[in-house]
Amino acid sequence: MAGLIRGARASPWVINMLRYRCFAAYLASYFARRPVRFLVLAVLLIGGANEALADTLQKIASSGRITLGYRESSVPFSYLAGPRQPIGFGVDIYTHLIPALKRATGRNDLEVNWQALTSQNRIPLIANGTVDLECGSTSNTAARAKTVAFAINYFYTGPKLLVKQGAGIKNFDDLAGKTVAVTTGTTTMKLLRKLDLERGMHMQLLPGKDHADSFLSVDAGRAVAFAMDDILLYGQILNAKQPAQWQVVGTPPQVEPYACMLRKDDAAFKQVVDGVIAELMRSGEFERIYAKWFLSPIPPRGRSLNLPMSDALRDNLHALSDQPAR
Amino acid sequence: MSLDWSVFCRSTTGSAGAEPLANCLGQNGELSYLQWLISAWGWTATVALLGFVIALLIGLVVGTLRTLPATSGFNAWSGRLAEAWVELFRDIPLLVQVFLWYHVAPFFLPALKSLSSWLLVSIALGLFTSARIAEQVRAGIQSLPRGQRNAALALGMREAQVYRRVILPVALRIMLPALTSEAMSIVKNSSVAFAVAVAELTQFAMQAQEETARGIEIYLAVTLLYALTAFAVNRVLAVVEARVRVPGVGALARQGA
Repeated sequence: MAGLIRGARASPWVINMLRYRCFAAYLASYFARRPVRFLVLAVLLIGGANEALADTLQKIASSGRITLGYRESSVPFSYLAGPRQPIGFGVDIYTHLIPALKRATGRNDLEVNWQALTSQNRIPLIANGTVDLECGSTSNTAARAKTVAFAINYFYTGPKLLVKQGAGIKNFDDLAGKTVAVTTGTTTMKLLRKLDLERGMHMQLLPGKDHADSFLSVDAGRAVAFAMDDILLYGQILNAKQPAQWQVVGTPPQVEPYACMLRKDDAAFKQVVDGVIAELMRSGEFERIYAKWFLSPIPPRGRSLNLPMSDALRDNLHALSDQPAR
Repeated sequence: MSLDWSVFCRSTTGSAGAEPLANCLGQNGELSYLQWLISAWGWTATVALLGFVIALLIGLVVGTLRTLPATSGFNAWSGRLAEAWVELFRDIPLLVQVFLWYHVAPFFLPALKSLSSWLLVSIALGLFTSARIAEQVRAGIQSLPRGQRNAALALGMREAQVYRRVILPVALRIMLPALTSEAMSIVKNSSVAFAVAVAELTQFAMQAQEETARGIEIYLAVTLLYALTAFAVNRVLAVVEARVRVPGVGALARQGA
């Protein structure tokens, strides 16, 4: 106790602070007596926040660093091949983007930070500046466009159903009165609710915390089907213990584009990203990357998704649209 | 960025840019986010309440068993069993326990497969909390002066009577403040139910913020609901504490209230 008091005497601001009822009151009176310090601090804080959010290229140029987002299990867009080693279709896009970013910012020593993202945190972390770019399995939607921006659409998918062989489910209408697994934080959940209301199906939705969890629900018999974007379902089959046991069925009620996600109102950065993707699409390199991830055996199991390029994506190789689904 | 609370009146099945519903409590079969929020709160409350009932019943029995004097083989063995129970359920993280009940237990007991996930979570929460309540019951009982038990025995009471008429009535009053905090904890701990597909408040927050792109409003509302629920539990148990108080016993007595 005596030691405590002696320590406090050595640093009088501690005693000063204890005189106030709360920390906020102490801060208020501290800055009331030192207005200049307050102004400097305020300018630093506000300026810092703006700088972090407004211009990604400038941020990269000054820090020499870019933070790229990856997903842990979005096969084949972005997933882990080993500890902290993301690979995939989206990661290959990054590989082509880095040289362009080096040119645009004049930083040849550009360093890449990797940040794992989930369905739930990807948008907040892009918006608040923690992550600069995410090329994964993110749908380009009008609702999201209020918070973030999207590059040129680089994949098209629609929700289908993953079921066990012989489950007797052929399409969405067969789900009436059944329990359906769907992952929390995805647009598919809303789509299912809409179908349920429009067609009076009385489905029971089982909200999984991630895709693996939703898959497990069907495997364990808690749900008859896992409704999700078809490409993610093919990815689940790829990693299943017995792939032959599973099938993907149904006609998608709507088709959605996937695109790289970046911060809103950052035209210069978007131009660089779009430029790289457009060049890949024009040169035919994009089709090569597509074939590598969707038509050939891929890690970790050396199996192939066997998913030919959709017409919607083939059209966009020329249209270069960055617009959300209608 | 300004807050837009009208997001709670929007339809959960409408398109992204649609106007809020005229009737915030739904119309033409369309549900609003407010209704979804209320239903999610209902699941949180259900899981927490059922879990607490389970925890209280088991906790009282297990805690009492741990204090029995080892005068017989039954007493000694039930005491050891109770101790094993407490250690088992408080040495494993809550989330892991929930996963065990949801993913592992049905593998060994196929009957559990037919139980809904909210029931399994309630059981997991209940057993986890029962270990903590048992310890508080034990602490309450052991805080009584030994003379109380001896006096009761001298009056010719049997062990069961001693517990029922003398020890437990006082010990339970002493432990009420700790029990209050346990009941508030279970409300907040119920958020783990999200991990096994229960559509409770945390699951609502994650899904609704994604659909509406209004994460700040959604999370603020959910935080407020959790806080209000825990505080309501606190007030209810404060009333209970005041109602059952007897002169000379418990926390209120010592304050001279």
